[in-house]
Amino acid sequence: MDMVNIKINGMSYEVAAGSTILEAAREAGIDIPTLCFLKDVNQIGACRMCMVEVKGAKSLVAACVYPVNEGMEVFTNTPKVQKSRKMTLELLLSVHDRKCLSCKRSGTCELQKLCNDMGIDSENRYEGAVPAGKKDYSTLYLERDNAKCILCRRCVAACQQQHVAVIGANNRGFDTEIGCAFEMPLSEVACVSCGQCIVACPTGALTEKDNTQQVIDAINDPEKVVVVQTAPAVRAALGEEFGMPIGTNVEGKMVAALRRLGFDKVYDTDFGADMTIMEEANEFIDRVKNGGKLPIITSCSPGWVKFCEHYFPSLTENLSTCKSPQQMTGALIKTWFAEREGIDPNNIVSVSVMPCVAKKFEINRDDEDAAGVPDVDISITTRELARMIKMAQLNFARLPEEDFDPVMGVSTGAATIFGATGGVLEAALRTAADVLEGVDHDNIEYKEIRGTKGFKEAVYKVAGMDVKVAVVSGLNNANELLKKIESGEADYHIVEVMCCPGGCVNGGGQPIQPSTVRSFTDIKALRAKALYDEDAAKTLRKSHLNPVVKECYEWMGGEPGCHKAHELLHTSYVKRDRF
Amino acid sequence: MQKRISTIPFTDTPEQHEKLLAVIESLKNEKGAVMAALHKAQDIYGYLPIEVQKEIARGLDVSLEEVYGVSTFYSQFSLTPKGKYNISICLGTACYVKGADKVLDRLVAKLGIQPEECTPDGVFSLTACRCIGACGLAPVLTVNEDVYGRLVPEDVDKILAKYTA
Repeated sequence: MDMVNIKINGMSYEVAAGSTILEAAREAGIDIPTLCFLKDVNQIGACRMCMVEVKGAKSLVAACVYPVNEGMEVFTNTPKVQKSRKMTLELLLSVHDRKCLSCKRSGTCELQKLCNDMGIDSENRYEGAVPAGKKDYSTLYLERDNAKCILCRRCVAACQQQHVAVIGANNRGFDTEIGCAFEMPLSEVACVSCGQCIVACPTGALTEKDNTQQVIDAINDPEKVVVVQTAPAVRAALGEEFGMPIGTNVEGKMVAALRRLGFDKVYDTDFGADMTIMEEANEFIDRVKNGGKLPIITSCSPGWVKFCEHYFPSLTENLSTCKSPQQMTGALIKTWFAEREGIDPNNIVSVSVMPCVAKKFEINRDDEDAAGVPDVDISITTRELARMIKMAQLNFARLPEEDFDPVMGVSTGAATIFGATGGVLEAALRTAADVLEGVDHDNIEYKEIRGTKGFKEAVYKVAGMDVKVAVVSGLNNANELLKKIESGEADYHIVEVMCCPGGCVNGGGQPIQPSTVRSFTDIKALRAKALYDEDAAKTLRKSHLNPVVKECYEWMGGEPGCHKAHELLHTSYVKRDRF
Repeated sequence: MQKRISTIPFTDTPEQHEKLLAVIESLKNEKGAVMAALHKAQDIYGYLPIEVQKEIARGLDVSLEEVYGVSTFYSQFSLTPKGKYNISICLGTACYVKGADKVLDRLVAKLGIQPEECTPDGVFSLTACRCIGACGLAPVLTVNEDVYGRLVPEDVDKILAKYTA
């Protein structure tokens, strides 16, 4: 690596050529404050928070985009720099609603932290006109409150990175506001509901639609049996909300917390994931044998499904008709569980905890109601679960480790890795190889399709057939691949698509890490590792070996793909407009 | 000022539509195509309604929000059609201190539209403009090419009557 010599605050350092002042200073143990900066997503030098002095430069420079060069002398802590930082913050506050006490992001807000760090002593130094700040509560999954927006454009960049780009800066100067084309509400544009904008937002301008009160009301209703399920990725991130290191698996404590919150049954979406594998593997084999649409494309990720419907309506027939694990688990709660326990499905409230805000959209889709009532009634995010735990004042770190309830708490390692990009396909291959070849394979780790890269491909020999597979995460990658599939340039048999970069572990409903962490730590890799470790430690690592899965098929009176499975566990798609 | 959005139904002729498609075609794969397409589209239609912006977005394979963002950033783009008679009232410094705001209030009240809007019958549109170099006549307004100066709010009624007769 080429190195250059620079001085920061009078001290000499050798730093990588081509790095920015921000990166070089960080290596030297000096943090330069930022707001709009989000590495590899938004590097536009717009917010002017990171201004530093460079010897010989006429004015302050933006450290997040300014490259170092040989002999450069940088000053990050002069009175001039401090004055600039303060003024930038005070100007931002002058058009901000400053209702920190009731803000969901209080404690994780980057603006709030910087005001604290910089010792802002007057939150209304500059008084005058304040823009109205539009609010958009139109969707089922997220809320925008522009009174808290600092126009950093991180959400805009995140949306562009998902190849969706339905939000942007409208109008000009003092009237500038982030919104949709022609001031349409978000519910009326081709938003895919991934929530990557929420986790990119440094303030409380973007938040998930909070459904916690509905859950609490259901728990407090003596007439209702409240059943909860949790997705694999939740256990890999929930601990972050309680100060634990990124990548801590808190499955046991999470289950204990859910029980103490008053849920009647605590089930695992992993069980639904095992069912998904059974149905999807069967569907794939059926399509190969009977000349069905190939590639078969996974349908677990509702943000991806909505993207496909809006942007590639011609490929909706390629989507697996399998419901997502959330919906399968929900469907079986309202049918199988209801029947076993002798409960009217109308009296069951089915709640899911998801790393995702798109799941809030998914539960309201058509054809997701196996028992004639919604498979899932309320979907909350990892963040909302943390909020409920905090509200109940449970000391999360001191909770015991507990197990999921039988029977839908039994699952395999194959299901656990659903939370990471490549996991669904690996799980499917484990089952397909065993079932088709009639062998209980020991070598079940498909390393080629692991890792956080946005695009992966491989060819596996399964029952004498060369199966060409591709795995993409992040919708820009999906877009590239789908264009090739649409044009016939790519000839894969199975494609796994996850909407969020890195898969569900990096979902829009996960705990929010500030830019200072996100920009320099591979969060998705750390969270994914927690899931792969759990898989490796399990004795049951193949979906078809899950005894409860077998039990469930006995109840349905058949094999994967049987009539009842189709009735309960499959769904349909629609074609939507892009504009 | 925030751009106003037209609520008047869009009308399109086959000739206009053909021209627009040709413009988009000629700009495909060019850098900065959105800006150029908006300019030419405004030449064709006089303004940039959602129907036209969607066509541009689809043709250039960019998001509608990107097109809209550009169209609301630059002042030369209009999202509302011009009426048969476009009333342009100067809000420059001289006109303003001579009471142009009162004249504008009267226009808004009489026409029932805000600046940057067009009456539903398509007869009048209203624009608030900057100095037109006729400060000696302040406050001043123009109706298409006709200039009216040294106005008081009551003059508005007479002027409008001329064009509705």
